Amino acid sequence: MSAVPPATSPSTLPAALEAARRHRLRAWEALPWVAALGAYFAFPAQLAFGTLVLVTILFALSLDLVLGYAGIVTLGHAAFFGAGAYTVGMLAAHAGWTEPLSGLAAAAAVAGLLGLGSGWVLLRTQGLTLLMLTLSTMALLEQAANMFASWTGGFDGMPGLEFKPILGLFGFDVLYFRSQYLYALAVLFLGFVVLRTVAYSSFGRSLTGIRENLLRMHAVGAPVRARQRAAYAISAAIAGVAGAVFVQTTGYLNLGVLSLDRSAGVLIILILGGYGRLYGAFVGALAYMLLEHSLSKAYPTAWQLGLGLLLMAVALYARNGILGLAAAWRRKWAAR
Amino acid sequence: MDLASILLGGLASGMVLFVVSVGLSVTMGLMGFVNLAHGGFAMLGGYAVALLMRHAGLPFFAALAGAFVVVAAVAVVLERLLYARLYAAAELDQVLFTIGLTFVMIATVTLAVGPESQTLVLPAWLRGQTDLGFLSYRSYSLALIAGGTALMLALWLGLERTRLGAQIRAAVDNRRMAQSLGVDVGRLFTLVFALGSGLAAVGGGIGAEILGLDPQYPLRYLAYFLIVVAVGGLGRVSGVFFAALLIGVLDFVLKVRFPQGGTMFIYALALVFLLLRPQGIFGRRGP
Amino acid sequence: MIPALLETRALSRSFGALEVARGIDFRLEAGARHALIGPNGAGKTTFVNLLSGALAPSHGRVLLGGEDVTRLALARRVKRGIVRTFQINQLFRGLTVLENVSIAVAERLGAGGDALRPAGRRADVTAEAVRLVESMRLAGDAGRPVAELPYGRQRLVEIAIALGLAPRVLLLDEPAAGIPGAEHHILLDAIAALPREIAVLIIEHDMDLVFRFAGRITVMVGGAIFAEGAPAEIAANAEVRDVYLGAAADA
Repeated sequence: MSAVPPATSPSTLPAALEAARRHRLRAWEALPWVAALGAYFAFPAQLAFGTLVLVTILFALSLDLVLGYAGIVTLGHAAFFGAGAYTVGMLAAHAGWTEPLSGLAAAAAVAGLLGLGSGWVLLRTQGLTLLMLTLSTMALLEQAANMFASWTGGFDGMPGLEFKPILGLFGFDVLYFRSQYLYALAVLFLGFVVLRTVAYSSFGRSLTGIRENLLRMHAVGAPVRARQRAAYAISAAIAGVAGAVFVQTTGYLNLGVLSLDRSAGVLIILILGGYGRLYGAFVGALAYMLLEHSLSKAYPTAWQLGLGLLLMAVALYARNGILGLAAAWRRKWAAR
Repeated sequence: MDLASILLGGLASGMVLFVVSVGLSVTMGLMGFVNLAHGGFAMLGGYAVALLMRHAGLPFFAALAGAFVVVAAVAVVLERLLYARLYAAAELDQVLFTIGLTFVMIATVTLAVGPESQTLVLPAWLRGQTDLGFLSYRSYSLALIAGGTALMLALWLGLERTRLGAQIRAAVDNRRMAQSLGVDVGRLFTLVFALGSGLAAVGGGIGAEILGLDPQYPLRYLAYFLIVVAVGGLGRVSGVFFAALLIGVLDFVLKVRFPQGGTMFIYALALVFLLLRPQGIFGRRGP
Repeated sequence: MIPALLETRALSRSFGALEVARGIDFRLEAGARHALIGPNGAGKTTFVNLLSGALAPSHGRVLLGGEDVTRLALARRVKRGIVRTFQINQLFRGLTVLENVSIAVAERLGAGGDALRPAGRRADVTAEAVRLVESMRLAGDAGRPVAELPYGRQRLVEIAIALGLAPRVLLLDEPAAGIPGAEHHILLDAIAALPREIAVLIIEHDMDLVFRFAGRITVMVGGAIFAEGAPAEIAANAEVRDVYLGAAADA
């Protein structure tokens, strides 16, 4: 019998094993944090905007876990952002509970429980039904917040919320947002550490499996539903933390935290940056918010038109976003 | 407000929901494509009616017909050039594309016409009240109820009794099998997409009195159209009809009883309903 | 009587008026090397679906080691040791060969729920995955995304995944389909290297492979067992030949 021709290339096993060590910290991973700290010193007048960017990155990161890794398409993620936001807001306004760190814990708990509960119920469905139900859950909460206006401030919301200094030391500076920025950065860092750990773990890899081939995941004995629910709950808790930081740093809360605008916005940001890549959230949030900040106020309609066209183009040609394009170019460059 | 008035008011808005949503239901059932821009076609239709009446001097019904044709034509172009490239794509890409398209539609209308709400001037014979004997009610709403029911019957007959209708029903139930039986599914879809979008356009026009007409229309009512379609069942005209009426009446009642946030009950009910019966009122559970 | 490793009793399934499985009584002993053959549409894949839990029966029972597993879902049965490969590859196409196998091994070792330790640090998972990849002669492709591999090599990944799940019962649905004839021996070597206690059931059309592999053959026609016995008996069975020739004439 003729010899079986060997694999066409030399063993790629070493490359495969190297890829399996993806979790190792690379030097460039320090860049975003260095840049964020640098921005603190370089742009002292823009820290309010910077704080919003940091909060949005955290929110987008949480969405990446369910969407980018587990493949659950949701238009209702603002439900968890809003849950965290209103938890902190209502505790401050009605119970006089304005200590920020415990407020974060409460927000994470409430949003996480909401994620666990709604995930248990919603993740039995898929496709359009699931999409629609995530939208409905968020709209339900939005309308509930509207209806119980005496608790939530309703349509007008709760302006002018004030919070105690962090650890009793760092008070929130309403004018220059110095403490807020660093606070948001610290929370973002911790949230990122959590998400990075989960994403690179065996659990995180099983989520990728669920996204790539659901049937195959069942066929390797994975408890698919339970994994999805866990991812959804973790993601919800972190989104809740993002919402809480939003309220604590801006002192402002209204129905907008539960709106389709916010859900669609974070979805767009994640896709523009590149989902399933963790750092896509950073790139997408920064790029989108910078553009929005400069263009949207000046030319709101043109901004919407441009954004719409961009989304259509991305869906057709660049579904993996900025980081995806960068990776493709890098591959093309390496293959030359 | 007494019961009969509430019921009639709800039925009228339900009819509008039906006319807009039926196209979405059939196209989604046929191609499995998540078209979140469907409300945008309804809005474009409403604006087409307004502009045709205002600038071309067309009477109401002629303007509706004109809007149907214009929007159906736009739909065909969009479908052939763009939508068709995403039929095999992941759900996320379809969502992204159609959200983007919605933004483009909203922005285009805002730039071309302006952000203000539009009002349509109804023909004289539809204004005012009609005396039904036990009650005097808005003529326009009554016309909507009559017209919507007639449309439902026409569509239902079309699907049940014509060859084209049989092809559509077959393709909705099992696309691959229909294809292997010789049905040109691609052309079928373009046709159904055009008709569905045209109907949405008419819905946008006739519904301007009830749902309003401004550039934010598509996003404001997105959840409603999706709920009507999901509850009614994909590709089921009669299901969508009853779902639309149910939601129309419920919404009307809730807005009267709880003006602030009453619609939360609609979302809650949709959630419960779809969890118990994800295939919709008349849909069939997948194999 | 010692219970068979895998057994079905009066297993039936219909879709409306269409009966795809009729009262199947089947036994698979530990260590079996069993082939399931039959004309197209005979219900062989449906039977494997019923055994693996991908399809629920209308009547009848499935027993594993004497224990009734009829109500268990697919994933649960995998945990108990009923593993199958699919007629058409079901792989994680965007992931590398090594990652594909690692995911399966991780689930088997109970590591899939570990959200703390990086996946790459689980030496137990990686070592076993590498061993499997090498046993299927896939080392050369280990770092490439599965989608880039020729179909035949993808099939070997499918087999590697199944082996990585440490099956007690291995159901292979046309495992050789798509693998070039010259590489069939890789498949046969892998099966020959399996622990003796594992029961293996293969659906195959390649008669050469069937007769080289099988210790026992079941012929299925029209959703029911038509004939069963040692390879020599089946080869000599005139009715079986007719069924196949008849089917070939219609094809």
